[in-house]
Amino acid sequence: MSTSIARDLTSEIIEAQKSLTAEAELRTEALAQLKKIGLPDSKQEEYRFTPVTRHLEKNFNWNKSTPESNLSSIADYLLPGLDANVVVLVNGRFNPLLSKVVSLESEITILRLSDALLKNPIAKAHFNNYLQNETDAFAAWNTAAWQEGVFIHVPESTSVNKPVFILQLHDASAEQVVSQTRLLAVIEKGSTVSVIEKSDSIGNEVVFHNFAEEWVVKDDAHLEYCKIQNDAGKICQVSNSVIHQTTSSKLNTFTLTLNGQLIRNNLRILIDGENCESHFYGLYLLNGNTLADNHTVVDHKKPNSFSNEMYKGIMDGNSKGVFNGKIYVRPHAQKTNAFQSNRNIIISDHATINTKPQLEIWADDVKCSHGCTSGQLDEEALFYLRSRGIAEANAKAMLLYAFAAEVLEPIQNETLKLYLDQLIADRLQKNF
Amino acid sequence: MSKSNQVLEEITSKEYEHGWTVNLEADEAPKGLSEDIVRFISAKKNEPEWLLEWRLKAFRQWQKMVEPKWPNVTYPAINYQDIIYYSAPKQKVKPTSLEEVDPELIKTFEKLGISLTEQKRLTGVAVDAVIDSVSVATTFKEKLSELGIIFCSFSEAVKEHPELVKKYLGSVVPMTDNYFAALNSAVFSDGSFCYIPKGVRCPMELSTYFRINAANTGQFERTLIVADEGSYVSYLEGCTAPMRDENQLHAAVVELYTMKGAEIKYSTVQNWYPGDKQGKGGIYNFVTKRGLCAGDHSKISWTQVETGSAITWKYPSCVLKGDYSVGEFYSVAVTNNYQQADTGTKMIHIGKNTRSRIVSKGISAGKSQNSYRGQVHVMKRAANARNHSQCDSLLMGDQCGAHTFPYIDVENNSARIEHEATTSKIGEDQIFYCLQRGIDEESAVALIVNGYAKEVLNQLPMEFAVEAQKLLALTLEGSVG
Repeated sequence: MSTSIARDLTSEIIEAQKSLTAEAELRTEALAQLKKIGLPDSKQEEYRFTPVTRHLEKNFNWNKSTPESNLSSIADYLLPGLDANVVVLVNGRFNPLLSKVVSLESEITILRLSDALLKNPIAKAHFNNYLQNETDAFAAWNTAAWQEGVFIHVPESTSVNKPVFILQLHDASAEQVVSQTRLLAVIEKGSTVSVIEKSDSIGNEVVFHNFAEEWVVKDDAHLEYCKIQNDAGKICQVSNSVIHQTTSSKLNTFTLTLNGQLIRNNLRILIDGENCESHFYGLYLLNGNTLADNHTVVDHKKPNSFSNEMYKGIMDGNSKGVFNGKIYVRPHAQKTNAFQSNRNIIISDHATINTKPQLEIWADDVKCSHGCTSGQLDEEALFYLRSRGIAEANAKAMLLYAFAAEVLEPIQNETLKLYLDQLIADRLQKNF
Repeated sequence: MSKSNQVLEEITSKEYEHGWTVNLEADEAPKGLSEDIVRFISAKKNEPEWLLEWRLKAFRQWQKMVEPKWPNVTYPAINYQDIIYYSAPKQKVKPTSLEEVDPELIKTFEKLGISLTEQKRLTGVAVDAVIDSVSVATTFKEKLSELGIIFCSFSEAVKEHPELVKKYLGSVVPMTDNYFAALNSAVFSDGSFCYIPKGVRCPMELSTYFRINAANTGQFERTLIVADEGSYVSYLEGCTAPMRDENQLHAAVVELYTMKGAEIKYSTVQNWYPGDKQGKGGIYNFVTKRGLCAGDHSKISWTQVETGSAITWKYPSCVLKGDYSVGEFYSVAVTNNYQQADTGTKMIHIGKNTRSRIVSKGISAGKSQNSYRGQVHVMKRAANARNHSQCDSLLMGDQCGAHTFPYIDVENNSARIEHEATTSKIGEDQIFYCLQRGIDEESAVALIVNGYAKEVLNQLPMEFAVEAQKLLALTLEGSVG
């Protein structure tokens, strides 16, 4: 089943390597790993509810090459009022015309990943150190076949004023698009940066986007990272994000999933230093036939750290929500505090949720908990609002909005917060 | 802290209390497993043709299956050809009453603390005792039969009530359900059968005691309880085994079937030999337990206290098929030394307005690994399903592990599902609070652990609650990390 893709893929990658010579050795190695593990079928625990492989088999022709796009304006896809460094990838290719870096060179380095691997020793040192190519087929596939990527480097003790906005556009108006992109970010000691990733697609043809990210957050550094998945097109997206944290670093992540056909997010946080703090929040508002799957892992390897996770979801139509949150506390990671919560509301008769919060703990002096709920709107609350003259539809929207907006609270950037708030409000009022 | 370490040492070095063997002459099958062995067991028990066919079908299916690898436990591969699948204590004539039972056997049970005669008189618990593979004695039978309750060994039921056995055997756990259930279906040697007729409330607790006595034997018993409309029964199960260096396999199947308005309460205190301090020996406890709430307004409640076994692999489940049916699961699982436990439950909501409740308390000490694995599945049709799950883990010592794997699958929008889990050790502030009120450290820990497990222990019938508390005290009293 999975072999047919792997076989076709081989030729595709060989084709890709003609033009991309960076890290050729790694590519061959990753390809061998991919062949060994194969793409996952529904029997594999990690992909039980998310049939990515079947979707790819059914909808994609692997012999086609990815089309060029003649997109000239990205105004529709930007965040209104956000003054940021903009990096644009269209169909997996870097677009220098639409991108612009406004921050000073002393503050931040933003490069094409293929260039960085040739010139920048830091990029070279960190590239492919954190992804799990041995166990995750999509990570291995990305390492073998990535077309282009972004490299971000923030030097020591620097606070980057303007956020980095990475826009990944897929133009499938003519034919199917397959893109494999990558990100590597190194935030040095004591620095602060905020990164916003947005994914959009155009056209009626299918899109497959395999994205892999590696983040290195060094001592006392602070990363704020937001992912917005609001594709209008028929996208199947798999993104593998690994965040490596060391002593006293701080992390804030937020993932918002609104649209797409099949979305799979693997977020892996490695806490490899003491006194780290990690907050990761997520919200999935689904309708139609969207399937959104969030797999998160937080791996406490060192003592005295704190992690807090909150994911919420509202499912309507025929949509499917999948959540799996793992908390690992390794031996000797004493005094760890780890919290996790996943709350879901199902609106329609045909929507489903499959959730699996998971704790694996090998240290005794810890405080860990998880909570998970699935339910409807509180009838009493609804009745209260209606008894005060609010129409049922409005009352419902109001309650759903209150449920969803809680996860926005920790976001620091006001422009971003406003934008997300508007997205959520629009979605909930329009459809519920 | 030094005191608590000392206490921990004492506790962890405590030997297994039930680790004696009795010289019972046994009638054994040769080692190994084949169709001939299945035929041998069936012939030994004078079984009818249909049951032999059923066994053979299960055996053929089992040969095609592979051992599950997903539980969070590790153990060396089991050699299924190195196990004796049938071992019966030898008896010259079939006993007709308790007095005729082998006195050695009676002594065995006295040692176990369930003297059959005593219990009969004092506690009014009707006991069916299964030693190695064969059911030896059933007490109180007459009194029960006055009410129309059938409580007997499985082989007796096959002979005397074939229509009931035929109808319900495999109706809850199909023979091909999983690897160990299939194995059990092929070679099960005995067990208990219980039928409560319409509208009867069983006046006493029914109980089975399991013991593995002979070496190299596996125990494969099968329990089937059918509660007819509007009836009620409370059933207890206890297990012990002698100390042996090699691992022994225990693969049982328990099926519960409740009709409209009926209720079954099933309690287990499992204290199989857990192996020694180095993790040598001990029982592999791979058990399939499942209850079917077939009728509306029916209820099944599982309570388990798991303290023994080298490896436990067990998920007592409820299939809530009838509307308004209720499933409950209360569990305390304690692991020490090198014990491994992967236990939990499944609540399958099929009917409307079904409710389930899960309370699981794990306690791990020494170098043990304790996992909770549970599933709450709300099917599309199960409107207004309600579930609350709570699973807490307590860690004692820095070399043990606690794991939680809850699966929550909801296909109906009116369902309300809640799940919460915590992991912690006994708080220093809690100990300190007790200390400053003049309670010494050892008693303080006992108090806290007891309070921690109380919610589950409260569910146990009186006789078992005492035993369970003693067991808990034995393994964990005073130990703090």
